[in-house]
This record gives sequence, structure tokens and C-alpha cells, in this order.
Amino acid sequence: MGNQVNTGLAQLSDQLILVTVLLYLGAMIGYALELAFGRPRGQAPARRTREPVAVGAGAAGRAETDTAQETGDAGETGAAVPYAPWAATVGRVAVAVSWLGWAANLAGIVTRGVSAGRWPWGNMYEFTVAICFAAVTTFLVLGLRQRIRFLGAFVMVAAVLGLGFAVRYLYVQAGPVVPALNSYWLALHVGAAIIASGLFFLAGVTGVLYLVRRPGAVRLPDRRTLERVMHRAIVLAFPIWTFAVIAGALWADRAWGRYWGWDPKEVWSFITWLAYAAYLHAYATAGWRGTRSVIIQLVACGCLLFNLVGVNLFFGSLHSYADIPG
Amino acid sequence: MSSSHTPGETGAERPAEAAAVATAHAPEPATRQTAPPRPAGFGPVAWLRWGWRTLTSMRTALILLFLLAVASVPGSIFPQRGVSPEKVAEYFRDSPALAEWLDRLSLFDVFQAPWYAAIYLLLFVSLLGCVLPRTATLVRELRRRPPAAPRNLSRLPRHAAFQGEAEVAELAAELRRKGFRVATGRDWVAGEKGYLREVGNLLFHFALLGILFAVGVGAVYGYRGNVLVVEGEGFANTVAVYDRFQPGRLVTADSLAPFSFTLKDFRATYQTEGERQGQALDYVARLAVTDRPGAPERDYELRVNEPLEVDGTLTYLLNHGYAPVVKVTDGEGQVAFEGPVPCLPVDQRTLTSECVIKVPDARPQQLGFLARFLPSTASAQGGGYVSVFPAAINPTVQIWAFSGDLGLDDGVPQSVYQLDTDGLKPLVMQSDPLQPGQSLTLPDGAGTIAFTGVREWITLQITYDPGRLPALVSAVVATVALVLSLVIRRRRVWIRVSRADGPATIEVGGLARTEGNVSFTEEFDEIVSTLRGRFAVASDTARPDGGRTKE
Repeated sequence: MGNQVNTGLAQLSDQLILVTVLLYLGAMIGYALELAFGRPRGQAPARRTREPVAVGAGAAGRAETDTAQETGDAGETGAAVPYAPWAATVGRVAVAVSWLGWAANLAGIVTRGVSAGRWPWGNMYEFTVAICFAAVTTFLVLGLRQRIRFLGAFVMVAAVLGLGFAVRYLYVQAGPVVPALNSYWLALHVGAAIIASGLFFLAGVTGVLYLVRRPGAVRLPDRRTLERVMHRAIVLAFPIWTFAVIAGALWADRAWGRYWGWDPKEVWSFITWLAYAAYLHAYATAGWRGTRSVIIQLVACGCLLFNLVGVNLFFGSLHSYADIPG
Repeated sequence: MSSSHTPGETGAERPAEAAAVATAHAPEPATRQTAPPRPAGFGPVAWLRWGWRTLTSMRTALILLFLLAVASVPGSIFPQRGVSPEKVAEYFRDSPALAEWLDRLSLFDVFQAPWYAAIYLLLFVSLLGCVLPRTATLVRELRRRPPAAPRNLSRLPRHAAFQGEAEVAELAAELRRKGFRVATGRDWVAGEKGYLREVGNLLFHFALLGILFAVGVGAVYGYRGNVLVVEGEGFANTVAVYDRFQPGRLVTADSLAPFSFTLKDFRATYQTEGERQGQALDYVARLAVTDRPGAPERDYELRVNEPLEVDGTLTYLLNHGYAPVVKVTDGEGQVAFEGPVPCLPVDQRTLTSECVIKVPDARPQQLGFLARFLPSTASAQGGGYVSVFPAAINPTVQIWAFSGDLGLDDGVPQSVYQLDTDGLKPLVMQSDPLQPGQSLTLPDGAGTIAFTGVREWITLQITYDPGRLPALVSAVVATVALVLSLVIRRRRVWIRVSRADGPATIEVGGLARTEGNVSFTEEFDEIVSTLRGRFAVASDTARPDGGRTKE
């Protein structure tokens, strides 16, 4: 039955999640410092001369693909922005701290699952922790191949807030789930929803940066880069979300006797799906790309957030297993 | 489409070649046009055409997508008849005037509402209006040879050149090996690849139509019913035995699969310790199933996620509760009632339940009882009794007894779970808890009521939906096609061999027709290096711009 909860492991899991929050917080500060004091994008590294300011900045909004090009472009236009040479080091340390936090997060999820003897996303607390994990994982994995460290501060803010909210307001002790959740569909349906949500939130954070990006704020990458990161994340997430919805329908067919019944959660996942579909169509249409499609994307992200949190709080739903402490 | 001089016509069918060369980073070329210009002073045909164009334009499709999303919202705010009819009834009781208006706007049946149907039907027409022409285009493209090489390959986004010696046929074979469709000319090879993107895209949209169709089939030919069964009792799949039955439009009594079963027993397991004490862990209902009349009986263990399937009809375990068995002897000494009485849980954590027993056959006067069932009885601190655990460890029943006319013969339908005590004479108010085997003698020689045992009941949902399989197939096709359409990109590669004196120059140009050409850059470089490896002449001095990227 697996109803014997291993209390020691469950406590370890709780502590690991707290450690995760602290590490993410540290990483967030590191990323923020780099963002605030680091070398602006498109500006060549300062030579070790007495006049570090004499190097020109690359034109804002220019696409930079590699450092060689950046160096070549340096000195074309504009005045150099002063920056601190230590900032890049802080950024690298932040990445290392993020990975540590990620490991603690993963360990926290695994120990929680082992202690209860089931998949570790059976209630709102576990679900939120897993989504934060998915978002951070995406960011870190993408960061292995692409220069997206600028996103770090924002992803970590979101992760810290999410985890903090989960620990403070959603926490319940590890334990078995109700019979309806006792199914392998939990792993498939909720797992896919978690991964897709993590990616969508990453895209959402990037979308906000896109909107606040002005030609002056040179420490952020240009809009084209932001748009590319955002679009990639959504293109990856949309089929996963589609699968999550369909897996949910399959599970509903096993558990509730219908594959689709317009339960509030189903309604909102459908709305979310429509909104992201609208984004994809807008992106593929001349004249809608850019700010308009980003706004659609953010609306969709809002729907997603509402579906994850709002529906469980405001509506009576068949999905109210969430087990939120009163 | 005969009057061909409508303004705005020219942009519609751009030749693919021109599009391919001219638009290095335009999105999907000419998939859907943005809003067409309005016709000025044309006849009805032009207006019709303009209307059709507007409907099938991407802007309209986007607006319809948004409308559909917005229109779905009230379906989550207001209770829906299909989901929770009891909450709709409650709404009508609490605020009748508002409820009537909401009902007039179909806000209790949003997903069956005419205005909702209008939006999604328009969306699907718009979708067809876009997808059908694109299918025709794709078929044409698949039958046509890849377009000839443009004159100046160096103007393409990807370009490389090297000195080498190769026949056109060899180059074509090389591209073909890499999965390109190939066409050749006197001194050039053209290759195209990635048609599956458009195939996936179209298939995805057709699959959505498939899902709509499946839902429609289910609504017309399917049915759904709920029934309560007590341990030891049976069920035969006929319309009459259902407590609630929702048939599709074309469902007849004959179309119900003729299976039957007996509920042998039901067992629930609960968490016995810790913070979650009393939480249910598992439910098992053991059934003896007869698939069709005359078929041998088989055993089946029905669980929450494991419905019983008989010829496409599925039986689901929905809920459970207790049914104390009582025996009522009336004032004349006759047994007026004997059997299990299903009680409704009023507290899920302890399964404290309440039930109503109506005994219209009792003489000299009809008897009515309210009963409170406590599965695990314990004394409460402030006096009285409570249930402390959902399992039937120490089951007891407390009785309220009434006598008088129950009003069952008035012709007004009554709920079996409610007793209207107005006008009845109270005999006993909250007796001490009776344990199984104990009985209570009513005052005034009205009779006795005995609590003889405990059984459990389950509620079942029986569903037949012929649209399930088509819906599943469509959903799987949609997902796979979606992945194809998002992952694959259409790309073209041209090779030209130009011979002056000395060794020939082999020029390669490439173009991906969709955004984000990062992976195409890699593929293109790979193609160039393969070609270079096979055909480059030893004295080749690689040009510095090999594989350069033009943004």
C-alpha cells in the first residue's frame, strides 16, 4: 500500500527545499550584480590600460553572434559604459550556485517522493516545487549552450517566490494520495504539465524583458535575441502542453467516465492552449510579430498561472485534490 | 473565382521561387494573408469574395481564437448543467431573477450555447478556408520539381564556393542521399527537403476537425447514467434502473449493452495513523459480471482508475457510503419494511452519514424515520456521540421517529433522501445509539425499529461514448503532427558548377524557409563539407566566405 511515511526522509526533504531557496537567493543576487555592473553586451572587454573607458560600445540592438564579431564591432559608435571587471566572475559563481541549488531541489523532490512511496507531485505544494525545478532546469540546460545568463536574476526571482509561496502557504506533510490520484497517469499528465509550465514561465520572463528592453538598456540582450529565446521555449512547451492536456483527457476517461467534461481546470487549460496557439499564429504572421505577439504570449502565460493557482483557489473543481491547508 | 481583377489579388499566389529568394527572413511565405483590402464599388461577387477572404484571413482567425478563449471563461465561473446540475439548481433558488437572465444567455450551458457554437464553427470554417487551399498547394509542390537555381547563389542567406571537379549527376546523387528531392539543369542541381513541416501543419488542423467530429458523435450516439448499488444487490443495464440518465439524441432503449452484475462486496482502506488519519487509500468493489444474457459469470475488481468495460460500455466507481440494514415492525405486528437504507455522508473525513426511512406500509399510521449513522462511534467530550474514523469499526444508528401521513400519495415527487416532518407527530427525538442487533420500541404502540446490520453502497457511472476512439486517434495525430510542424523546417539547397578555364567552381547556396536558421546553418555547413570532401580539387584554396552567414 505504501502508506507508511518515512518521517526522517520527509524532514530531510523539507530541509533540502529550504536550502534550495537560500541557494537560489544567493544565485539571484549574483546574477543581479552581474547584470548591474557587468560588461554591456556588444562592448569589447576593456584592455588593461589606464583608460578603460576608451573602448567603444557596440551599437545597441545589433545582433551579436560570437565574441569575435563583438570585438570587431567595438569602437563603431557610442560611448562606452563603465563596468566592473569582477562582475563576470560573480556571474559564473552564480551559475555554480544555481547548479548547487538545482541539485538540492532535485534531492528535495526525490526524497519527498521516496518518503511517501509515490510520485512526488500529488498536491499543490509538491506541484509548485516541481514547476520551479522545471523552470530552473530549463534555464540551466539552455545556459549550457547559449548565453542567457542575463535571464538568471529573473528566473531566480520567480523560482524563489514560487518556492517561498509553496513553503509558506501550500505546505502539507508528506503522505499518501487519495485513490483517484493513485495512478501512473499522475506521472504522465502532471509531469508533462510541470515541464510545459516551467518552459512557459521561462518564456514569460523573457517576454517581460522584451517589453522593458529599450535601446538604452544595453546590459540586456537585444530584442531579437530575447524573442528567439522566448519563441524556442514556447515551441518546445506547446506540444508538451498539448500532450499534458491529452494525457489528462485519457486519465479522465479512466477515472471520471468522460474524456472531457468542462471542469474548470479543463476549461482553463483549454483557454491556455488557445492563447498559446494564438501566439504561434501571430508569430507566423507578418505584422503581428514582435510586441503584439509578445503581449499575446504574456496573456497566455497569465492564463496558465491562473489555471495553476487561481482555479484551485476560486472554483470548485474535480482537480481540487490540491490539498491546500486551510 | 472568375472576376479576376479584384484589388489585392496579386499578393495571393506568389510564385514560390520568387518568394523563396526574395524573403530571406519573412515568416511562413503566403500561408495566410493579413486582412485583404476592402473592395470599392464592386458587385455582390466581389463582396462575397471579400467576405470569404476576411473570414479566412489570419487576423480573423486570431480574433476567433481569442473570442473562443474569452467565451470559455464564463463556463468556469458559472456552474454548468453538464458538470454540476445541483449547483445550478442552488443558483436558481438563491437568486432566481439573476439566474433566469443567466439562463436566457445560456450561461449555465456555455459549451452547448448557440453563441459558443457560432464562434467555433466560424473558426473551423475559417480554418478550412485556409487549410484546403494550402493542401492543394502542397500537393502541387509535391508533384513539381524543386525550383531552378537562382542566377546569383551568393545572394542567398547561406553560400559557399570552392574549386572542384564534379558532374551534375554526382552532385544530385549526393543531395539525394541526404534526403533531398532533387531537380537538375545543365549546370545546376536544386534540392528541397522538409515537406513534412507543411504535412504536419495541415494534418494537425485536420485532426482538430477530427476531434470536433468525435465529440459530436459521442453527443449524439452516447449516453451516461448514474446508479446506486448496495452490497449484495445487482444491476442490469436498462434505462429504468438508472437514478439519472442522459442519453444522446439518437440513443434508444435497445442500444444499451445488455450486461448485468452483482456487487458482491465493497472494501475501502484508510490511513490509520498520522496527520492524514482517515484519508482513503484504496477502494475495491468486487463484482460478478454477466457480459450478456446467458454468458458465464466472471469476477471483476472495480477500482477508481480501473473501470469495467463491457462491449465499449464503461462502468466507473464514483462514490461510496453506508447503508444500515433496518427492520421496521408496525403497531399491528407486521414487518412493514426490511432492508438496507443508503445514507448520505455529511462529513467525508469520518463518514458520519444521515438517512431517511419512509415506511408507508406501516399500520395503523405511516412511519417516517431520520437516522444518523456513525461508522466508528465514540463519546464526544461535551456529551453526545461522534464518529472518529470512516471505517465501520463501531457502527451505531441514532433514530428520530415520526408518525402520520407521509404525503407519498399526493402525486408530488419526493426525494428519498428528505423527510418533510411538517404535520408529522414526533415519537422519538434522537435515541441513544443502537448497535447492530439492537432495536428501539416506539411509544404509543407504534411499533419497533431494529438495526440489524451494515452494508456499503457505491455509486456508479455507466458511460457509452462511441466518439472515444476517434477522439483518441485524432488527438494522437494532432500531437505528432504538431511536433512535425514545429520541429521540421523546409529548406532548399542549390549547387552550380561553373567552368571557366582551369578547375570548375562549385557554388552552393542554401535557404531555410522558416525563422531561426541556426540548425540549418549547421546542416548547410555539413553539406558543404561533404561536397568539399568528395569533389574539391587538391589545389583548392578555400574561399574565406565559405558558409558565411548573411542576416
